[in-house]
Amino acid sequence: MSFPKPEFTASQPVAVDLPDPPPQPFAGLTRRASATAAAVLPPAFTLLIIMTVWQLACGDSYDGLPSPSRIWLESRELIVDPFYDRGGVDKGLFWHIATSLQRVALGFSISAVCGVLLGVLIGANRWAHRGLDPIFQVLRTVPPLAWLPISLAAFHEANPSALFVIFVTSIWPIIINTAVGVRNIPDDYVNVARVLRLSPVEYFFKILLPATTPYIFTGLRIGVGMSWLAIVASEMLLGGVGVGFFIWDQYNASRISDIVVALAWVGLTGFFLDRIVAFAGRIVSRGDALS
Amino acid sequence: MAKAYLSIEAVGVTFQKGASRSEVLRDINLQVDQGEFVSIIGHSGCGKSTLLNVVAGLIPVTTGAVILDREAVEAPGPERAVVFQNHSLLPWLSVQENVRLAVDKVFAGKKSAAERRDWTLHNLDLVKMTAARDKRPSEISGGMKQRVGIARALAMQPKVLLLDEPFGALDALTRAHLQDSVMEIQTALKNTVLMITHDVDEAVLLSDRIVMMTNGPRAGVGQILSVDLARPRDRLAVAGNPTYVGARASVIEFLYARRAA
Repeated sequence: MSFPKPEFTASQPVAVDLPDPPPQPFAGLTRRASATAAAVLPPAFTLLIIMTVWQLACGDSYDGLPSPSRIWLESRELIVDPFYDRGGVDKGLFWHIATSLQRVALGFSISAVCGVLLGVLIGANRWAHRGLDPIFQVLRTVPPLAWLPISLAAFHEANPSALFVIFVTSIWPIIINTAVGVRNIPDDYVNVARVLRLSPVEYFFKILLPATTPYIFTGLRIGVGMSWLAIVASEMLLGGVGVGFFIWDQYNASRISDIVVALAWVGLTGFFLDRIVAFAGRIVSRGDALS
Repeated sequence: MAKAYLSIEAVGVTFQKGASRSEVLRDINLQVDQGEFVSIIGHSGCGKSTLLNVVAGLIPVTTGAVILDREAVEAPGPERAVVFQNHSLLPWLSVQENVRLAVDKVFAGKKSAAERRDWTLHNLDLVKMTAARDKRPSEISGGMKQRVGIARALAMQPKVLLLDEPFGALDALTRAHLQDSVMEIQTALKNTVLMITHDVDEAVLLSDRIVMMTNGPRAGVGQILSVDLARPRDRLAVAGNPTYVGARASVIEFLYARRAA
């Protein structure tokens, strides 16, 4: 007894004509709306609970921490109009944040460039690593504000001192992550470069930098967060314009409600800084790595 | 007597790490003619990859010398292109860009940009990867990655093509498919090939000669076997051929019977 042998030809993909699904004009829209709701609703709900507990805990008392309703009453102008400017330091929060962000942008840019270069150096050169790494490991544990008196003594002015504090706070994670990235370049890539006889410059741009990009951006993300921490703290001591100074000024004027509003701004700004760097990392590494 | 195209002469490699020395290769001699396909087979850890890396120039010799086309090998270079076991494609470049990187470097100043582009595509076409040229290595299968690795090596127009267990990480069907491709390309281009393998069938099917290495440490050439099978070879047709069966038997005998002794 024999069975007929089925014949398969695997060379041609089998195309099956499926009937078109009935048009659902709002399907995509509904799906997107439900995805957005899933992302937005839980934190909104949590926020609501926190506000309620806060309101109940603080009540209407006029000393200590103000309740949300009192913050709204006292700091309404600050909340609804961040853009007012009455000259001097009497400005809306947007202007204070913008000043702080400018300092961060400058200080962080300098530390990004120096950090990546130093990281490449200690990652690629064994002697540079032996000589510099122990020193960096000690320096990176110095708290940001501890640098402030020294930098004031060195620069005599508030603005360069603030920049230096940002620089010195955010450079360590950039150096360390870059160095780790350089040391983790797979031997295979190095061998490819050697077989192709890439020059040091070609190696740097075509192998080292792209292979290290995910590590560099991890360092930049940590660094930008730390520099935002540092700027707010150092502005509290330096004075002038800036969100850190604003917080200290309101404390001296006993306007605690304004401080709460400023804290919300500081938190949101830090969050967006982190997202921006993460987004830039995704663009640069073309979605290869990074979450 | 005229020297062979590729000549490995009394090569010994000793790794020194601190106070401990380990002699991996001792007194290796091998002559390879132009256009010849030579396999090196041996047990894991016998130093066959070290030998290939020495020919590539990635590992320096301790004693002896490697001479290719009358020039001593002292450093890695594109005239000794390597196909690495784990493909070694750069993940941030597309398939085409990976090959193009090699083409741009090797033919800088010799070919125009358009010629380099055509040459890149031509080599991708040889390994049948033109359709996937804009894909990233992470988007293609292991066999396809290895094809691109081969295309990259071929595109350098090497004097000798070095294959380091190129099919080791692939499943049996993909491996057979790629072996056929390599045979086709070698028949067409007449490359000089040195291939490391631990697969007996692969060695017999692909090679003109098989170099069997003794076990390390201090590994050397145990025996060299010529495989006198006409090309092109067809894996189904040669399977029952007495020459094939005999060659296969003597390699297995070398690898297993002598090891037990």
